Amino acid sequence: MIAPAGTALWFAEHEWRLAWRDWLAMMSGGRRRRLRRAVIAIGIFVLFMHVVAYWLVGGYADAIPDKPTLVAITGSVLLSWLLMISQAMESTTRAFYARSDLDLILASPVAAEKIFAVRIATVALSMAMMALPLAAPFIDILIARGGWRWFGAYGLVAAMGAAATALAVGFSVALFRTIGARRTRFVAQVVAAVIGAAFVIGLQIAAILSYGTISRVSLLQSQALLAHLPDLQSGIWWPARAAMGDGVALLGVLAVSLAMLTAVIAVVAPRFGEYAITAAGVDASSIVEVRRATAFRATSPSRALRTKEWTLLRRDPWLVSQTLMQMLYLIPPAVLLWRSFDDGNGAYQLLVPVLVMAAGQLAGGLAWLAISGEDSPDLVASAPISSGFVVRAKVEAVLVIIAVIFAPLVAVLAIASPWHALVTTVGIVIAAVAATSIQLWFRSQAKRNQFRRRQVSSRLATFAEAFSSIGWAATAAVAAASLSLAIAPALLAFLVVAGTWFMSPRLQRV
Amino acid sequence: MQYAAPPFALEIHGLVKRFDRPAVDGLDLNVRAGEFYALLGPNGAGKTTTLRMIAGLLRPDAGSIRVAGIDALADPIAAKRLMAWISDEPMIYDKLTPREYLEFVAGLWGLAPALAEPRAQELLDWLDLAPHAQERCEGFSKGMRQKVALAGALIHEPQLIILDEPLTGLDAGSARQVKGVLRERVHAGGTVIMTTHILEVAERMADRIGVIAHGRLIAEGTLDELRLQAGKNEARSAAAVAGDRASLEDTFLALLAQPAEAA
Repeated sequence: MIAPAGTALWFAEHEWRLAWRDWLAMMSGGRRRRLRRAVIAIGIFVLFMHVVAYWLVGGYADAIPDKPTLVAITGSVLLSWLLMISQAMESTTRAFYARSDLDLILASPVAAEKIFAVRIATVALSMAMMALPLAAPFIDILIARGGWRWFGAYGLVAAMGAAATALAVGFSVALFRTIGARRTRFVAQVVAAVIGAAFVIGLQIAAILSYGTISRVSLLQSQALLAHLPDLQSGIWWPARAAMGDGVALLGVLAVSLAMLTAVIAVVAPRFGEYAITAAGVDASSIVEVRRATAFRATSPSRALRTKEWTLLRRDPWLVSQTLMQMLYLIPPAVLLWRSFDDGNGAYQLLVPVLVMAAGQLAGGLAWLAISGEDSPDLVASAPISSGFVVRAKVEAVLVIIAVIFAPLVAVLAIASPWHALVTTVGIVIAAVAATSIQLWFRSQAKRNQFRRRQVSSRLATFAEAFSSIGWAATAAVAAASLSLAIAPALLAFLVVAGTWFMSPRLQRV
Repeated sequence: MQYAAPPFALEIHGLVKRFDRPAVDGLDLNVRAGEFYALLGPNGAGKTTTLRMIAGLLRPDAGSIRVAGIDALADPIAAKRLMAWISDEPMIYDKLTPREYLEFVAGLWGLAPALAEPRAQELLDWLDLAPHAQERCEGFSKGMRQKVALAGALIHEPQLIILDEPLTGLDAGSARQVKGVLRERVHAGGTVIMTTHILEVAERMADRIGVIAHGRLIAEGTLDELRLQAGKNEARSAAAVAGDRASLEDTFLALLAQPAEAA
C-alpha cells in the first residue's frame, strides 16, 4: 500500500482492496474463468440496458422541466434513493455486527475513528458505484440524444449515495441508542428489506384505489396529484432539476448531501468503536427464551425434518422478513382482486402471472434455506435415512409453505373465476417445483445467515430460477386467455429448466 | 437361539480416499466391541477423512467398512442406526432448545416418544443441561453446544460413537464431563473411536491407540505396545532412551519420525 500506515488514506486503500476482492469473489465464485464470463455478461447486460434505456427514455431527452417531467423524474429518483438507503442500512448494520476484522481494529493502537470514518465514506462511494451500472445507460442515452446537460445526472447519483449513507448511518445509530444493540440488528435489517418495496407497493395500492389500475405511472401523472404538489420553484424539485442539467440545483444537492455525510461522519465515527463493542456483546450475552415444555410427539424422520424446517424459519424473524418480502408484492394484486371482485376479468388476467411469479420466487428462496442452508448437514447425513428421503422431506416442507400462503388467494380467485384459479394453481405448482428443483441441482453447503448472498454460489442458478419463474408466469398468463397459445411459452420455460439441469454440477454425494 | 455379538465393532480393510492427493491410502483398522480407541496423527494425516467415511459422510474410493458386522457401504442406513457422529464443531440448530433438538434427533432415528423422552431427560440431567433445556441454543457457549451435540449422539444409544476432536475448545469442566460420559458409554458396552490432538486424553482414556500418517496406520496398540514399537524401531529416539518412562508425546513423535527417516 502506498499511503503511510495508520493514516485515513491507508485505511481507505485497505477498505478498497477488501471491497474489490469481495466484488471479484461475488462475481466469480473464486474462479478465474468465471470472472471472465462475468465481465462479458456485465458488458452484454450494460449494452442491453442501453437498448432498454433508448426505448424507455430516448424520447424524453429534449424534455423541459415542467411539472409532469419533474414529478416523473422525482418519483424515479426517490425510488432509487430509497433502494440506496436500504442497501446502505444493510452495509451499516454489517459494519456494526459482522465484520471479522473489528476485533483486530479495536485491539490495535490506531484511533478507531479513522477507520470508521473511512468505512462510512466507503459505503457512500459503493452505493454510488452500485447505482451506476443501472443509471448509466439511461443517462448515456439522455446525453447522446439531449446533450451534455444530462451529465448532471451523474453528479446526482453521487449525491444520492452520500445522502443515502448519511441517513442510513444516522437511522441505524438512532436505533442503536433507543432500542439497543440486539433489536437494532433485526429492525434495521427488516426496514432495509422492506423500505424500497414499500414505496413501490404504496404507489401501486394508491393507483389501484384511485384508478383501478396497478400502474404507478397513472398515479404520478394524474391531474389530481399534480395539482396538489408544490410549484416549480420549490426545493423538492432540485434533484430532478439537477439531473436535467440545472447547475445551481446540482451544486445545491451535492452541497447538502456532502454536508449530511460529513456531519454524520464527524458525529458517529468517534463513537463507532463503542457501538461495535456493544454489538459484539449481543452474541456473547446469553439469550434466555424459556418456552413451555411439551411432551415429545410421535413422529417419523420425514415429519421431524419438515417440522424442524418450519420451526427454524418461524423463529428467525430476519429470515422471515427476507423470504416473505416477496409476499409484500402480493398486496397490490390482493387489493386489485378485492377492488375488482365483481367485474374484473382483466384484473384476474393480471393476477395470474403475478401469483405464479411470486410462488416461483418464494419457493426458490425457501428451497435454498431448506436444502443448502442446513445448519447441521453432518447430523442429517449421519442419520439412518437416505439422502433422497431427506430431500423429499425438505421439498415437502417448502411446498406446504407455498400452499399455505397461496391457497387463500387462489380460493378467493376461484369464487370469482374458477378458470383463472385453476390456471393459477397449476402455474404455482409448476413454478414452485421448478424453482425448488433448480435449488436442488445447485445445492451447496452454506449457513442460513448467508441467505442474502446465496446468489454468489451460482449465478446460473439465480438467473435460471428467475427466468423459470418468469417463463411459467408468462405461460400461465397466456394459458388463462388461450390454452393452445400457451404451448410456446411453456416450451420455452421447460427449455430453461431442462437447460439448467443439463448445466448443473454432478457432485458426488453420499 | 442366541447369536454371538461380532468381536469387532468396526472393521476397515484397504480403505482409500483421494482428493488432490491420497488422503487415506489403503487403511486397515479393527476396533473391538466395548473398546475405547484413540486415533492420533499429525494434521492432514487422514484422521477426519477416515472418520467421515465410517460415519457415512464421505464415500471411499476403495476398501470396505463393516460396523458390527454390517457392510456400511452396501447398507449404510442399517450401519447408521448403530452409530453416532460428533465433530469438533457442534452440529446443532441455534433456534431450537436442547430438548427440541433431542426430539428432532430422536425423530431422525425413528425412536418412539415413550422411549426418547425419558432418555432425553436423563441425558439433559447427566450433562447438566436440564436448567437450560428450554432455552434456545443460540446463546450457548461452545462447551454447552458440544454437550447438546453429545446428548443428541447418545439418545439412540449407539453401539459405535465416532468423535472427531470432541474436546477442542472446551473448558476443563466441560471436557471432564464429556470424557466421563464417554467412559460411561464404554463401561456400558459401547465402543468409542476418537481422534484427538490432546495426547494426555488418549493416554488416559484409550484402551488402544492407532497412529496414522500419510493415510496409513503406522502403529497400533496399548501405550506400552506403542512404546515398545517406538523403541524397537528407533534406537536413538528419546522414547527409546527413556524406556517405559516415555510419555505418549515422546512415543508419538518417535513413531512419526520413523517413516520420514526411513524415506
